Amino acid sequence: MTAILEVDKVSKRFGGLQAVRELSFNMRQGEILGLIGPNGAGKSTLFNLINGVFMPDTGRITFNGTDITGQKPYRVARAGLARTHQIVQPLTNMTVLENCTVGACFGRENLPLAQARDAARDAIAAAGLDDRASMLAIHLTIAGKKRLELARALAARPVLLLLDEVLAGLNPTEVEHMIGVIRRIRARGISILIIEHLMQAIMSLSDRIVVLNFGEKLAEGQPAEVAQHPQVIEAYLGDPKLAAELHGGAAKSGA
Amino acid sequence: MLLHLLRRPFFWIITAVVAGFVLIPALGNDVEMRESLLLAALYITLASNLNLMLGYAGYINFGSIVFFGLGGYVCVWLVNAHAWPLWLSLLAAGTSVSALALFFGLGILRLRGAFFALSTIGIVEAVQAFVQNFEPWGGSAGIYLSSSIFQPLGGPSRALWVIYFLMVAVMGLSLYLSYAIKISKFGLGLLAIGQNEDAAAILGVPTPLYKALIYSASAFLPAITGGLYFFKSAFIQPSDAFDLSLSTEALVVAMLGGQGTVSGVALGAYLYEELRGYLLTSDTFSHFQLVVAGVLLLVIVLFFPSGLMGFIHSRFPRSQKVLE
Repeated sequence: MTAILEVDKVSKRFGGLQAVRELSFNMRQGEILGLIGPNGAGKSTLFNLINGVFMPDTGRITFNGTDITGQKPYRVARAGLARTHQIVQPLTNMTVLENCTVGACFGRENLPLAQARDAARDAIAAAGLDDRASMLAIHLTIAGKKRLELARALAARPVLLLLDEVLAGLNPTEVEHMIGVIRRIRARGISILIIEHLMQAIMSLSDRIVVLNFGEKLAEGQPAEVAQHPQVIEAYLGDPKLAAELHGGAAKSGA
Repeated sequence: MLLHLLRRPFFWIITAVVAGFVLIPALGNDVEMRESLLLAALYITLASNLNLMLGYAGYINFGSIVFFGLGGYVCVWLVNAHAWPLWLSLLAAGTSVSALALFFGLGILRLRGAFFALSTIGIVEAVQAFVQNFEPWGGSAGIYLSSSIFQPLGGPSRALWVIYFLMVAVMGLSLYLSYAIKISKFGLGLLAIGQNEDAAAILGVPTPLYKALIYSASAFLPAITGGLYFFKSAFIQPSDAFDLSLSTEALVVAMLGGQGTVSGVALGAYLYEELRGYLLTSDTFSHFQLVVAGVLLLVIVLFFPSGLMGFIHSRFPRSQKVLE
């Protein structure tokens, strides 16, 4: 399989804070790659580096065989990379359909208006927003806005989708529905890089997981391997002894 | 695209308005009404083009008057010093001012919100200072045209009709342009920028290009109107050409009618001009319309942020389908 995304020794510093340090990983085509780590680990910064909101200080990002390091967000979007935001960014006084039409018009296929509306309707249906297509984005519930983020990104018909905490703030039924939606998106052949704090969800969704801590890669591998990794447990629980105990406990119960 | 327009009811509403502007004074040979409608056409042109920035892209341009004034200068100067025919001078005014706006726009459109608004005032001040010291354009004394310039148009009284029809044509073009942009992909991108510029860029809207293009487009027709207006007066000087209060009035008009709508801005401009005409004739206050404009702006911003058309649309939701 070919790599859809290659992140090569990327670093970003904000004043005194090294947000991302010498980070490298690859993503295969059609893969769901989970990105986890404690708050402030640099996950969202990494998304912003990949889609061009921030310019990396050093390193290289290759998407679909092209170097996109430091490209403007709209060029990256045109190249076929779409994303959602952790803090939702709806076009507030436009309808759900108009929001998604923007995504379709200016996304990978650069569709003319009429065709973009059809693509937008497909994406709205895929995200389960059909009944709210003519509603203004500002009137949606938080769950609705999360779906809108997803629908709008899908409307662009991307090859790679970056999902930034699309499950946060949703109730268990909504989470379940959203997981179904994400699986169906992957079934269409779209690669997905996903940030999520809901461990159960990301463990079951992802093919592989990359763990970040203080901007560095702590671990990488299959979900089960990563969950057993002592440093990962330590980073999450903050106490090496507790982590060791937990790990030991897991090992004992496993044995 | 053009065929597409012909099938929409709003296209015919614009056409009917333009026809009304042409026929009503012409049939009665009513000069007084013509002069009043000429100013209405001027306000509609300025406000509609300002609306491209304000209502679509969400950028407050306090300096839209600079396009009008510069257009006036280019046209009057070409007619006076180089004896160019009026139509060619008008085209030259529109094109050169639009090109200059593109150049300025690529610079100042990096700024947002209040900083952008301030920079547009800066541009007016800078251009006015430049023109006041620019000898080929008569410095602070300005340029006077001799009365013979109306001869090619068939003498003064016929020339005034020609200028009026041209003003109405420019007004019509402004409305068609506003509408055509609004229903296009370009317009959708602009509206997205107006709602949330960062989100728009992430969705793939080429924001710097679109902003610069709309800033430049919003300069073209006001520059031509400026040319017509000062050609008609046969006189131009910096303090008239770059009068910031006309910029402010255009903003009030766009907000009054409903920024982002085509019909609202036109209606707002017409009503404001009627009100202004009435207030100007009262002897008690000179420039009393500016006081009214200020109060109106406060009331609109506080209580009716979506303006007249927003009010109509919320009362009669069906009107949204017809009145854009």
